[in-house]
Amino acid sequence: MSKIPLQFRHNGRDIAIFVDGGTNLLVALRELIGDMTPKFGCGQGGCGTCSVLIDGELHLSCLTLAETVAGRSVETLDGMRQGPNLHPLQRAFADHFAAQCGYCTPGMLMAAKALLDRNPSPSRDEVIEAISGNICRCTGYEPIINAILAAAGGRVSA
Amino acid sequence: MAVTVKTFTSAGEAAGALSSDRSARYLGGGTLVMRALNEGDVSISTVVRASDQALTRIDASGPRVTLGAGVTFARVLAERDLAFLHAPARSIGGPAVRNMGTVGGNLFAPSPYGDFTVALLALDATVAVQGGFGAHNIPIEEFLQGRDRQAGTLVLSVSCTRPASADAFRYRKIARIKPKGGAVITLAAHLPVSGGRIAGARIALGSMAPTQIRARAAERALEGRSLDAATIAAAASAAGEGTSPSDNALGSAWYRREIVGVHLRRLLSGQE
Amino acid sequence: MLELRKDIFADERDDNLKEIGKGTQRQDMLGHVTGTSSYFNDHKLQGMLHLKVVRSTQAHARLRRIDTTEAERSAGVRRIIRGADVPRNLNTLLSLINFGKDDEPSLAVDKVRYKGEPILAIVADSEREAFEAIAKVKIDYEPLPTVFDVEDALKPGAPVVNETYPKNTFTYHDVYDHQRLRFGDADAALATADHVLEQRYQMSPIEHAPTETNGAIAAPDTNGRYVVYTSTQALFFSVDTCAKILDVPSNTFHFIGGTVGGGFGGKVDTLTEPLAILGAMLTGRPVRYVFGREEEMQYGPPRGAERIYIKDGVMRDGRIVARKIRAYFDSGAYTRLSSYAAVKCAAHLPGPYTIPNVYGDVYCVFTNRTPATAMRGFGVTAMDFAIECQMDKLANLVGMDPMEFRILNAYRDGDMKAHRREAKNTALIECVQVAAEKAKWPIRDEFKRASSRKDGGGSRAAIPVTQADSRARPAVPSQQRTSYDRLPPTVTREPPREPPSPAPPPPSPRPAAPSHGATRFSSVFGTRRR
Repeated sequence: MSKIPLQFRHNGRDIAIFVDGGTNLLVALRELIGDMTPKFGCGQGGCGTCSVLIDGELHLSCLTLAETVAGRSVETLDGMRQGPNLHPLQRAFADHFAAQCGYCTPGMLMAAKALLDRNPSPSRDEVIEAISGNICRCTGYEPIINAILAAAGGRVSA
Repeated sequence: MAVTVKTFTSAGEAAGALSSDRSARYLGGGTLVMRALNEGDVSISTVVRASDQALTRIDASGPRVTLGAGVTFARVLAERDLAFLHAPARSIGGPAVRNMGTVGGNLFAPSPYGDFTVALLALDATVAVQGGFGAHNIPIEEFLQGRDRQAGTLVLSVSCTRPASADAFRYRKIARIKPKGGAVITLAAHLPVSGGRIAGARIALGSMAPTQIRARAAERALEGRSLDAATIAAAASAAGEGTSPSDNALGSAWYRREIVGVHLRRLLSGQE
Repeated sequence: MLELRKDIFADERDDNLKEIGKGTQRQDMLGHVTGTSSYFNDHKLQGMLHLKVVRSTQAHARLRRIDTTEAERSAGVRRIIRGADVPRNLNTLLSLINFGKDDEPSLAVDKVRYKGEPILAIVADSEREAFEAIAKVKIDYEPLPTVFDVEDALKPGAPVVNETYPKNTFTYHDVYDHQRLRFGDADAALATADHVLEQRYQMSPIEHAPTETNGAIAAPDTNGRYVVYTSTQALFFSVDTCAKILDVPSNTFHFIGGTVGGGFGGKVDTLTEPLAILGAMLTGRPVRYVFGREEEMQYGPPRGAERIYIKDGVMRDGRIVARKIRAYFDSGAYTRLSSYAAVKCAAHLPGPYTIPNVYGDVYCVFTNRTPATAMRGFGVTAMDFAIECQMDKLANLVGMDPMEFRILNAYRDGDMKAHRREAKNTALIECVQVAAEKAKWPIRDEFKRASSRKDGGGSRAAIPVTQADSRARPAVPSQQRTSYDRLPPTVTREPPREPPSPAPPPPSPRPAAPSHGATRFSSVFGTRRR
């Protein structure tokens, strides 16, 4: 059984690892790279807590075969902070009580970032659609939607 | 033993590898195969991939539309010429699933998934497959009837004829959670009109049988008639004929049989 | 959104509040939005092994033979753990507070009692290798008759689910097969009520569906102890449960938890920690046992199903004069926390209303379904659903506004509750008044003027004469309506069935005076076993 060499950009840094065949990107990120920000929730594409950006597009890392990201750019919540400062989305989530247990938060933030990177001033319906693949079981979705709208409206300072 | 991943540059080679290995599964967007691996499905020990560009091609310029099997729902939604397929594409998953899930994979998605295939079945699509002995086309209905036996074949593309008007093709997915959620049932109808009368009606249903099926009795009720209230009522009352839904967490078989006519009536009468 | 109503009970409160009514940031918010909050699974340990369990495919079966020969030889397998390897392979969660008998093995030995019950644990180098070994285990089941319905489980001749409780009911105080509440004479009051309404309510099991599945990582520490990262909601409860099952002092463990990816009651059962630690003990390596999503949804414990019968007697003026309730909790195959849920339920009767005659029987029943556990108000939630549906139907039956009907029947300060304790600090009337106001729901002035602090006590504080024995049912008055439709009834309902199992011996008469202080805890558990 041979390991497969894999190189890709992880939050702006070049990474080289060896993966077993069939390893998903979530396991590669967490167990081989040590980036614990994407979470395992279902392994089925139902919860969104493992969401990452691949070349700027929202993907589910648990359903992504790790070797398919060779040469591509992977962004996780670990790369969202801007130096010592929170990203406006992170600040907005904190200010709007948009996290309770915190487990869906990494995926919610990545889904929100995927939206705002393409559509800086989304409507409420567009925000709802953007996080429709992400399940939150604690706070309900209202504070999360409000936080994303606030971040988009520039009502939150970084 | 870990899983072996085999990546090929041509679809033909991938098809060869797939047909020669019973434990091999083709990896498209990952939403089915990776899910199975994550849940501990040890019947899969080989994963086959193809980087063949033909698999991700979209040809939507003419009256006949062809979608490569590897085309994602996000790409369908980004294509203005595919507006008639936007409703079914949008009804699938959240954005991440639409960025990953493919037209070809959807043909294999079990209930409560496979919504896009319901639309394709109503549109009388043709599925191009590559087996161990070369490529050939199969009508989608035949493909679905033999879906269990298709595991060793590679789907290359799906093609269908563009509906004559926006009104001639209708789609409706009934889910408990909006905007995202597994289907209780899914309905699609192709209603070509000739001289004020329906000619060649096709109605497809999801989650009403082990695979997507046509509602033939309802189609017969529409055929050669104008789409008036009496015709719609006749089609709606025939909607459940020949169906064999099952119970799942989203709805019982009884409930599905009860509502299929209601939703077909709404679909045909253009109600929201 | 948050509004402090200073006009209500203003004299009971110091309004110089420092925290209430003001926003306060969560202490864990920064960790949550940066993804640095550390959940149990966010620990990568050198040489970590993976544990998966073999689950029963049968809902009720004897285990004839478990053949692990091929699985032992499967690549990457480090250890296969059987029930015999578990030091104390029988436990019940509330044994820590001396409540109930040990009834559940960590790994099934002779019999499985629900579909998905763990039989073996396989520790392997990778999850994939554990799955491959699971596929090679051969189990010879002898299927047994199953029972999935709470009332069927109480019928004579029903399959015995759990031999610890051969009547398929949890046993309270070593004697009673259900919780009883008797206050006044419900049957006599029903016989003279203007209308009687009996209804059946039912709630299916509800899965908590936390985004983070149940799990634990256990690792040998350098000092002979074990570090355990866990998703538990009840850390010290889990420590002691593990100490009991593994038969070691609790200071053998260093549990690290507290950051939980959603629990809602579904992470108190200590399902993963004992096996993860045992795996670490037997292999000397860190071991992770985490539920997959399907395991979480199918075999993780849900809020238990309930079936509830309510029979109320109401007068034309809207006063409820009797409430008779029979409720069944579906505990599934093992007790877990359902015994406590049934106590809570009985303690909640007859809801927040002053009713002079109350009769309640609450059963905790064993069936071949997934064992149930805690979930947000369990024991009370479904009963409240039933009671409040019933209140709406009763209001309709007597032609009263449902809000006014609740205010009329609400308990007030000084009233005697069915548990023979005086109602204090009641606030239902004010809640209904504010709800009506917020919903712009018109209620009449006399109900707007009602107060929890007026018109309670007095004759309402009396404890009625209560007979333990049930008596013959008198003939029903001809004008009595038994449907909540406003139309006169066209069919007469059958009289309610009696509780299906023989009543236990009547409890010794309790002192009439309400008890206070140190015995408060026992209001939940009754008298503790010694």
